[in-house]
Amino acid sequence: MLSYIGKRLFQLIPVLLGMTFVVFMMIRAIPGNPAQVILGQQATPEAVAALNAKLGLDQPWYIQFFSYLKGIFTGDLGESMRTRLPVADEIWPYLAATLELALFAMIVAVVIGINAGIISAWFQNSWFDYTAMILALVGVSMPIFWLGLLGQWAFAIELQWLPTTGREQVRDPVSAVTHLYLLDAMLNGRFDQLWEVFKHLILPGLALATIPMAIIARMTRSSMLEVMRSDFIRTARAKGQKMFWVVYKHALKNAIIPVLTIVGLQMGMLLGGAILTETIFAWPGIGRYIYDAINYRDYPVIQSGILVVAFFFVMINLIVDLLYGVIDPRIKYD
Amino acid sequence: MRKGKLWSAALIMLLVLSAALAACGNDDGKEGTASGDGEKSSGKEKTLVFGRGGDSTSLDPSRVTEGETFKVTVNLFETLVNFGEQDTTIQPGLAKEWETTDDGLTYTFHLEEGVKFHDGTDFNADAVVANFERWAGGDAEKFPYYSSMFGGFEGDEEAVIESVTAQDENTVVFKLKRPQAPFLKNLAMSMFAISSPEAFAKGDDDYERNPVGTGPFKFVEWKANDSITIEKNEDYWQEGLPKLDKVVFRSIPDNAARLNALTAGEIDLADGINPSDGEKIENDSNLQLFERPSMNVGYLGLTVTRPPFDKKEVRQAMNYAIDKQTIIDSFFEGRAELAKNPMPSSISGYNDEIEEYEYNPEKAKELLKQAGLEDGFEMELWAMPVPRPYMPDGTKVAEVIQSNLADVGIKAEIVSYEWATYLDKASKGEADAFMLGWTGDNGDADNFLYVLLDEDNIGSNNYTYFKNDETHKLFLEAQTEVDEDKRNELYMKAQEILHDEAPWVPLAHSTPLLGGAADLTGFKPHPTGSDLLSNVDFK
Repeated sequence: MLSYIGKRLFQLIPVLLGMTFVVFMMIRAIPGNPAQVILGQQATPEAVAALNAKLGLDQPWYIQFFSYLKGIFTGDLGESMRTRLPVADEIWPYLAATLELALFAMIVAVVIGINAGIISAWFQNSWFDYTAMILALVGVSMPIFWLGLLGQWAFAIELQWLPTTGREQVRDPVSAVTHLYLLDAMLNGRFDQLWEVFKHLILPGLALATIPMAIIARMTRSSMLEVMRSDFIRTARAKGQKMFWVVYKHALKNAIIPVLTIVGLQMGMLLGGAILTETIFAWPGIGRYIYDAINYRDYPVIQSGILVVAFFFVMINLIVDLLYGVIDPRIKYD
Repeated sequence: MRKGKLWSAALIMLLVLSAALAACGNDDGKEGTASGDGEKSSGKEKTLVFGRGGDSTSLDPSRVTEGETFKVTVNLFETLVNFGEQDTTIQPGLAKEWETTDDGLTYTFHLEEGVKFHDGTDFNADAVVANFERWAGGDAEKFPYYSSMFGGFEGDEEAVIESVTAQDENTVVFKLKRPQAPFLKNLAMSMFAISSPEAFAKGDDDYERNPVGTGPFKFVEWKANDSITIEKNEDYWQEGLPKLDKVVFRSIPDNAARLNALTAGEIDLADGINPSDGEKIENDSNLQLFERPSMNVGYLGLTVTRPPFDKKEVRQAMNYAIDKQTIIDSFFEGRAELAKNPMPSSISGYNDEIEEYEYNPEKAKELLKQAGLEDGFEMELWAMPVPRPYMPDGTKVAEVIQSNLADVGIKAEIVSYEWATYLDKASKGEADAFMLGWTGDNGDADNFLYVLLDEDNIGSNNYTYFKNDETHKLFLEAQTEVDEDKRNELYMKAQEILHDEAPWVPLAHSTPLLGGAADLTGFKPHPTGSDLLSNVDFK
């Protein structure tokens, strides 16, 4: 088991290196000079040249690439061209904001998605099954910005239950410790703030959860249907077990593996792909951070931001692979 | 049997869902207050939340060129002289009065006494000198605006400022190498605000996140990409100001979401309101609409180095072919002034005698015929990918222009790139015709005409590559002419030439909109886009 993890981690190195190289080349292929963008429309040509030299952009690309790599191995992710801060220092608050939102969205998606999938499979071709699957289809195809703005209008403006945007009540801000605001509010013993922060999570969390929820529900349903037809289920029923236990214990355990794969992949998507949700809900997360960096041609931030997201992505996949073995002892690691 | 089970299962799910939704409800029994509507003005603290499109890059205004920074710093720092409340006239600031010698080479400023920086150190003549020495000793990368407004840094041939000296505790003398007409206007710009020398001595990069000025508000906290909080400066030198206790600048990138936050009462002020939402705000009794005085121009630039736009007749034909009024009525909701010159009418030196190119397709065809293009031609029309204060919807405006051009036989293909790419390619002269605009920095004609249309700025802000010896001479002469009337004459003349040469199709001078809570008082939007909030209060 440990040697398997070690091997997997070792395999990650070439993957992340290759990705770093591809990203490095891609962002340099898009037109637009970072110095010109940073200095704005008012910049003089001299200023642009001076900044290019200072950022090392006048060097050949391979020299730039190797000095970046050298930095990574010493824990230096480069310095943001725009804010002049080390990326390693400034990235955590963005990452924390996204993690908090993505985890919340994933929990919602898993709880509702798996249960809806199970019930749909259990009562196949019932009205619930049809309704759930139509809703899942709608959920997958609904543009997130439309859903998000609609949610703001309904729950914030009309019903006045929830806030429209942001992470906290800015008139009474959370003092950040870990930058995971739910945790920070608890650490500061401010349970009124905890409630506020939770309320700010709901709308963007639901908007972000819609697509994975729909995918998980459909996956669970088809996987469950397959298992429900197997012999051991018939045996369990014949032994007079309650249907509920048959479904939630025997069938689910055998049906969950492909669902888990989807959950892992979707979680990775949520980490980097929440740009639209983060834009609509003014959520200061890492998707938005990288998106802004692309607009500013802030090379170190784009490179390191994507690298960090990719690292999480592969780690989640590793955890999913390990969970297979926990759920199904027949799966062996070698 | 199965049916019954399904019903109960469905019921359980419904219960769980409704419980979750109910939990989101207000539990304090206060009816009709949005959750975002905390203690605004009824409580002890008066906090204004200002929603805007993006975060600041830095809080040291001398280091950057982008407006989101100045929106905050104008409230933290002060300049020697100020702009007027809603115009760009020159008013006393940290200097209560000043004299200029007749040759325009020496400026003597008498400073306000007893003013202190937020860190408790004294503001005096030495502090002013230290600030200018810091900038003059920097480089274009560090202080980008300093060189573009004052000609260069210490030791540069082109630098305007020769020396800045402290005559006594409260008197500063500026000596210039050559007269500079907009000198005072430049000094009033946000980026030349006076910082505490003790604070920036600790390191320029550190200072960007720990700003110390003399302004009505002090810096409290910055949560990147989220919010910047500033609070009342209790020792502010102007009696009775500021009226608010706290201001929070929130970044809400999406225009529709920002309007939602304003409607829900979570923010008290929002800029970047779409023209199409103006009426909605006017009709909402909880909100009020603010119009920012216009100091911008939106235009269609014609790259004169690319045929057929090297021919004057073709450029003039483009001017006759485009129906500006329809564009303004449709996409600016009428909240814009039709443009005939490269700068708005509020700027001193504006030539109102110019007769605009009326919408006249027949005349356009005639001119094309003169240029030997009676069968028209094909071109690329570059449309802006992002909304800007001077151009709310580039793509849609481009579609109107496209159909106007089709009427006179010109086939235009609409092209668009991501914003940074767009600017980069256009500045290299790769576009036939491109949409762009400009918001003025200091309300001076030089900041529009010379910056956008002089040969000195080809490759930076003159994207049309337009070059003209006569206008070049006029612009340079006007830069050193200190007599306002004579200077205005030079600009009037230049505008005549520009009108005839037609390197642009000037489209509109828009009125940017802001929305605010109905109980907000004393808010006066400034044409530069940086709003001083010291007089703002809640009823």
